[in-house]
Amino acid sequence: MHRFRSPRGLVLFVSLVAAFGVACASASTSSVAAGGSTPSDAAAYPMTINAANGRVTLDAMPTRIVSMSPTATEMLFAIGAGGQVVAADSYSNYPSDAPTTKLSAYEPNAEAIANYQPDLVVYATDPGDLQSSLDKLKIPALSEPAAATLDDVYAQMEQLGQATGHTDEAATQVSALKQKIQSVIDQVGDAGKGMTYYYELDDTYYSATSDTFIGAVLGELGLKNIADQAKGASSGYPQLSAEYILQANPDLILLADTKCCAQNAEKVANRPGWSDLSAVKDGGVVELDDDVASRWGPRIADLLQQVGDAVLAHAQGSG
Amino acid sequence: MKHASRLEGTHLVGGSARPSAVRARRRAVRWTVIAVVTLFVAVVIGLFAGAVRISPVGIIGWMFGGGSLTEQQKAIVAELRLPRVVLAGLVGAALSVSGCAYQAAFRNPLADPYLLGSAAGAGLGATIVIVLGVADVPLALPAAAFLGALGGVGLAYAMASTRAAGRTSTSLLLGGVAVASFLTALQTYVQQRNTDDLRAVYAFILGRLGTSGWHEVWLALPWVALACGVLLASRRLLEVLSLGDLEAASLGAHVARDRAIVVIAASLATAAAVAVAGLIGFVGLIVPHAVRMATGASNRLVVGLSILFGAAFLILCDVLARTVVAPGELPIGVITALIGAPFFALVLRRSGGAR
Repeated sequence: MHRFRSPRGLVLFVSLVAAFGVACASASTSSVAAGGSTPSDAAAYPMTINAANGRVTLDAMPTRIVSMSPTATEMLFAIGAGGQVVAADSYSNYPSDAPTTKLSAYEPNAEAIANYQPDLVVYATDPGDLQSSLDKLKIPALSEPAAATLDDVYAQMEQLGQATGHTDEAATQVSALKQKIQSVIDQVGDAGKGMTYYYELDDTYYSATSDTFIGAVLGELGLKNIADQAKGASSGYPQLSAEYILQANPDLILLADTKCCAQNAEKVANRPGWSDLSAVKDGGVVELDDDVASRWGPRIADLLQQVGDAVLAHAQGSG
Repeated sequence: MKHASRLEGTHLVGGSARPSAVRARRRAVRWTVIAVVTLFVAVVIGLFAGAVRISPVGIIGWMFGGGSLTEQQKAIVAELRLPRVVLAGLVGAALSVSGCAYQAAFRNPLADPYLLGSAAGAGLGATIVIVLGVADVPLALPAAAFLGALGGVGLAYAMASTRAAGRTSTSLLLGGVAVASFLTALQTYVQQRNTDDLRAVYAFILGRLGTSGWHEVWLALPWVALACGVLLASRRLLEVLSLGDLEAASLGAHVARDRAIVVIAASLATAAAVAVAGLIGFVGLIVPHAVRMATGASNRLVVGLSILFGAAFLILCDVLARTVVAPGELPIGVITALIGAPFFALVLRRSGGAR
């Protein structure tokens, strides 16, 4: 974000990316076609997609996408549609060549979005009824809301692939993602059975239960979430009592607040009473990337790998 | 705390021995004893209750140097529960006594520690530190909150004192409201420009009692003690100020100076409380009123009682915050308002709205 000192520079950059992107997109489509798949992608338009926000009709292959969701941005780039993205919201900081702008996904401004002349807008949340504004402007929009399960992730990637003319690449990426996740699960095997973890969202001990997406993903490793005891407290994201965390003495402490709240293993060890926790003593404090942890994009497999490695290390240390 | 009752006692002994004075002294002693006992009970409950069940016998044993607590239980009691009880007490006392002081100094029953822009200033200070990414520097966050709170009050004061009318309580209040709105808007602006830090900002504003330890206690203690000391020492002043500027002046008070002393001391207490515990509403508003209505006492006594009852009130609210949804936590501000409002209504009804 800070790379762009002036709006003019940003616009220039965006237009360059867009121009380059269009070239790339057509190139990649043709290469897919050359790879043996039917060149039906271009012919499939106009198409209608059954999205979370209803039926969305696309007249032609979108080449000016505005992504208002960091996760969608990651997905679009992963499936080879990155070149069609002309602007991404201020949180879309990955991959590094994503055309991050000052567009706010928290308070989306339809005019600012329209200024990029998009032929498709992708969003995850719609706090200010962006949808109806876009409807009025006749800009098609796809809602790809927060995933609850890994299957939702796969479905969203496939849907974005379909919408952007990258069906085959999306399918390839989805199966690669599935394989990666399965491989972590296989590596860990039974090592995670009965192991407990505390997942930290911020330094006031907000956590996520197994009912959340991240909880469900970590559950794939057979881990037990200490926040599940507080399920009644709130909708999946309870604030835990420090006393309870100390008593639960989790095997792993997963920090998803290394960026927001600058937490790390050393700081955790310095918290009052925490130095005796077995996770702190045995190196079971895992510093995650907040961004990856709070999104539901393809990098979730890397996060799972990181946790899987910690599980194996912990199992060896205590076994 | 004992200090308070002794001061009150000597003062009254020095007075005349008319029957009404004797009654007033008895009432002062009775209420002071009730307040001390209430605070003691609150502390005991605070120590015994928590998200984790630990036997009270074990805790008592541990306090006398023995007992059967495991290392883990000792850590929970010594490093989490005890400092949290102490800190809740300090914050409750600070907010209540400053509420009491503001209400008297401005002769306005709605005055509370968040008036005059102190809370808004603290919020802005904390937000700036978080946004600048220096929240990690030791003491940066509490210091910024502290300076922000004092800055807010200073601004309100400066604004009011430029008026030809002089520093009347009304112009100060109006200045405070304007400064508070301005600083809150500024804080929101800074926060919205840096939404990456939204979580950290909200975590600060919603309060940090749940993650506090002895560190925060030592941070707040000197300021709270100083402010309480000053306000206790000027409790007669508060009574005079609450009569009104003209009456106070005719009684020989330097109204502007005296009010400044009281406001600065109260703002100091607020700043210390906000710096360690975030923004906790309602306490400073209702505790002094509840004390006033329940005891029918004058400000002279209410200052000390507000300190004691305020401490007890916040300790008990915090007990609820950490036990009701255990092992989850509730923001303490929710409890103070949920418990405070009905309790206040009860006191209001029973006292027939007298003063």
